[in-house]
Amino acid sequence: MLAMYEQMLLIRVFETEAERQYKAARIGGYCHLSSGQEATCVGVVDAMDDDDLLVTGYRSHGFALARGTSPEAVMAELFGRRDGCAHGRGGSMHLLDTDRGYYGGWGIVGGQLPLATGLALALVRQSKPQAVICELGDGAVNMGAWHESLNLAALWKLPVIFLVVNNKYGMGTSVERASAEPDLYKRAGSYRMHGERVDGDDLEAVIETTSRLLERAREQREPAVLEAITYRYRGHSVADAGLAYRTKDEITERQQRDPLLRTAARLRDAGASTEDLREIDQRVEERVQAAVDFALDSPEPDVGALAWAMYAKGSDEQFARMRPGSAFGEEELIFDGGLGK
Amino acid sequence: MTVVTPDEQAQAVERMTYREALRLALREELSRDERVFIMGEEVGVFEGSYKVTAGLMAEFGADRVRDTPISEEGFVGAGVGAAMLGERPVVEIMTLNFLLVAMDQVVNHAAKIGAMFGGEVRCPMVIRTPNGAGNQLTAQHSQSFDGWFAGTPGLKVVTPSNPADAKGLLKAAIRDEDPVLVIENLPIYKEKGDVPLDPEFVTPIGRAAVARQGSDLTIVSHSFATVRALHVAEQLAEDGIDAEVIDLRSLRPLDMETVAASVAKTNRALCVEEGWPSYGVTAELAARISKACFDDLDAPVERVGMAEVPLPYAKNLETAAMPNEDRIAAAARSVLG
Repeated sequence: MLAMYEQMLLIRVFETEAERQYKAARIGGYCHLSSGQEATCVGVVDAMDDDDLLVTGYRSHGFALARGTSPEAVMAELFGRRDGCAHGRGGSMHLLDTDRGYYGGWGIVGGQLPLATGLALALVRQSKPQAVICELGDGAVNMGAWHESLNLAALWKLPVIFLVVNNKYGMGTSVERASAEPDLYKRAGSYRMHGERVDGDDLEAVIETTSRLLERAREQREPAVLEAITYRYRGHSVADAGLAYRTKDEITERQQRDPLLRTAARLRDAGASTEDLREIDQRVEERVQAAVDFALDSPEPDVGALAWAMYAKGSDEQFARMRPGSAFGEEELIFDGGLGK
Repeated sequence: MTVVTPDEQAQAVERMTYREALRLALREELSRDERVFIMGEEVGVFEGSYKVTAGLMAEFGADRVRDTPISEEGFVGAGVGAAMLGERPVVEIMTLNFLLVAMDQVVNHAAKIGAMFGGEVRCPMVIRTPNGAGNQLTAQHSQSFDGWFAGTPGLKVVTPSNPADAKGLLKAAIRDEDPVLVIENLPIYKEKGDVPLDPEFVTPIGRAAVARQGSDLTIVSHSFATVRALHVAEQLAEDGIDAEVIDLRSLRPLDMETVAASVAKTNRALCVEEGWPSYGVTAELAARISKACFDDLDAPVERVGMAEVPLPYAKNLETAAMPNEDRIAAAARSVLG
């Protein structure tokens, strides 16, 4: 559990640093932080086998770090650098790490659900025993893609868990203001699918529940909905102060149940010393600083490789005859696709 | 006994319909590569809304010819996910009009994967779907959005106009490493032509064909517009006008070299499409031809497309709105001055 505490702390410290770097204009675009949601990220990933697959929405830093993607590769991606996990092409919302079965952070609310269903279908077709975790926010459950994906997963008995990270707000709209059935896990019943709710700030509860549902998915090909109740401390993105739709008191009250404090308390009960925890603190701070240094040192992507990997190997030849009359500069795009590795 | 050499066998052709050619391509690719599977509404038990997949479920099983609920966003997205894990899904959309409800999966997901993830993962999937107007299907079922998709970096779009290319382009699409949209055409499903039987026959993506050689005018077209253009060229020939017809076959990538070479020869260009011309395929062609062939042109580039209205039901109104042969012939004569 010490290791998991360290992972959770890594996420917290990383996100704090990411916000700082965003304000220093080293990180651009949208930047959605996972602060407050660490137990869900770490607990769910801990329950996964190494070869299980993961898909998430755009609040993805926490899941990537929990899955073991190096803070260096994540920070370099946020900085838009060549050594980022998507080579500087994806940014905050589009992290991935296929070596660890992480098939991407996706930026369109709900869009990752059909795709995760397809990953699960491929696993079944390939007679593989793994399962897929598909993370989504509470705001995604009112998209048509939610309904279509749950129906297909149940109809075809696909090994996929739809993990609804319910942090109370889709941007600034509370679950009660968005969902006619605010007990989101109950919606699984429409598809004769198992649905369950867990305290997403309770690390052990998250691990226990996710493990159980993953086992059903792998062994009986039973999909499920798992709703993890948690809270994000920061705004929807770094650009949102997060106070137009909730009070400071609410945030303070939620911070009393902080997943890191709760996990630290349990560790102390189990015999961990203040010194042990302090050591972890220090190690995590150093790791995050090392990630920033690494990201700063990593080169920017080559401008000449603007269209790199847009199409697979062999496509340059297909496109070569498109050049006459093309728009200014367009003829210089070179795909040189293929896998990044 | 007739002795058939391997060479002769490789060159053997059979006369069949466009629909049968598509089916042959699917059957060959299902046999060749077990990663290939078909997914869509009514493709299995019903044997295809337009019978393209007839017999394939019986031959390959319900796993490889997978019926889906009416759920385009769901199963197109499932195709995207399966492709990311190395499968070769061939997703059938009943008509192009219904692909609009899956637009997010096509444009925001499939098309983005290669570039957005820095080449770490690819999406080798095929979406095949017919479009085409002319059967009084009215405004919601008669549209050609070819240009929308062809204008999306990350996608490839092919548009066969005859049975041989229906087989060859569909096979090329299935073997391609990128998401390819194969836009077929309902009115020509029944058209017949010679189709190579060689299972290795493919039509390369990004290569236009000179469907008819001529010297007075170039008609640039794709899909059903090519069929119309060929008819018009024969009518014009009776008046001593010798039109060259280019069948683009592939919209993205677009073979502008073949188009430019033809216009350099004829000095006149007419672009024809089934879609609305504003911001459409012919708009793109006109811009490119005007730039690439500026010194060769003896007349402004002309174009013909669908009248810019939601297609009406009444037969006479529908006919008037279509890029029919009379309108194409009139435009050709106008380009010739």
